[in-house]
Amino acid sequence: MRLQKATLFGLYSILELARDPERQLSATDIARIYGISANHLAKVLRDLGRAGLVVSVRGAGGGYKFSGNARRTTLLDVINIFEDIGATGNAGGNAGPPGDGEGTDIGAALLQVQGEIDDIARATFGSITIATLLRTMQWYGAGAASDTAAAGE
Amino acid sequence: MPETAASPAQAITIRAAGEDDCARVSDLDALITGLRKDDYWRQTFARFIGRGGRHVLIAENAGDGGASFAGFIIGEVRAWEFGSQPCGWIVAIGVEPEQRVHRIGERLFNAMCEKLEEDGVATVRTMIARADHLNMSFFRAQGMMAGPFIELEKPVAWKFEHEE
Repeated sequence: MRLQKATLFGLYSILELARDPERQLSATDIARIYGISANHLAKVLRDLGRAGLVVSVRGAGGGYKFSGNARRTTLLDVINIFEDIGATGNAGGNAGPPGDGEGTDIGAALLQVQGEIDDIARATFGSITIATLLRTMQWYGAGAASDTAAAGE
Repeated sequence: MPETAASPAQAITIRAAGEDDCARVSDLDALITGLRKDDYWRQTFARFIGRGGRHVLIAENAGDGGASFAGFIIGEVRAWEFGSQPCGWIVAIGVEPEQRVHRIGERLFNAMCEKLEEDGVATVRTMIARADHLNMSFFRAQGMMAGPFIELEKPVAWKFEHEE
């Protein structure tokens, strides 16, 4: 799965600001760090502000500061501000009315498979807080010992 | 720094379990899960206590009234399941509800990792229900992430027609 651009920008902003809660960064500052559109990011930051996760600081040297609880806010909380991942329903069945072909046996089976993936995605994003990601990100992409185990099979 | 400093986390000591600890582990598990499994815990202790590659560790809080039970962790080395290299497994962990948020679980987890490392394994694994946000968040906070295996299951009553 791939997150929408606004969602990704929101996560970048929250994690960058929460990395040092005392630091103020403008949309331009964050956009420069991640090589993304400052205009798009400005709208994303307003959405994060409405959700209470950042506050804007006016005046010279102003910008945004992280105002959430890094130990209580999960990646899923941030994602849910911008999109509903797993809108296909869950592994136990489709919550909404059937879409194209979903009323057929094959459509229902495919929906079940998508539901499994969505459930795992939600559980994963919902289990990682902002504080946890910042604390453990040194190990992400490090290959982890698990890959060695897989290679030994 | 002395282990008996004022902070609850600093007053915690970790030790290997004895058979006498079974009842407290069973009671805590029943409190957390709402399910009483005394036979299961008696069998688990019989299989784990004093066995190589298997560990039951107990966290105790050294308060004024003497050491009190604060939590437990159970782990073991498992080898070669579906081609996996020998790997440490966390079988269970529990911390007394009133003693949480003092990093006791983290102390237990780190102590178990040291034991498993001494046993010669390089990786530690566990299996958590997707709906168990508390434990999944805890293990994530210790740096655990998705491994190369995936859990699969089915009702044993499901059979293909030609097998009936």
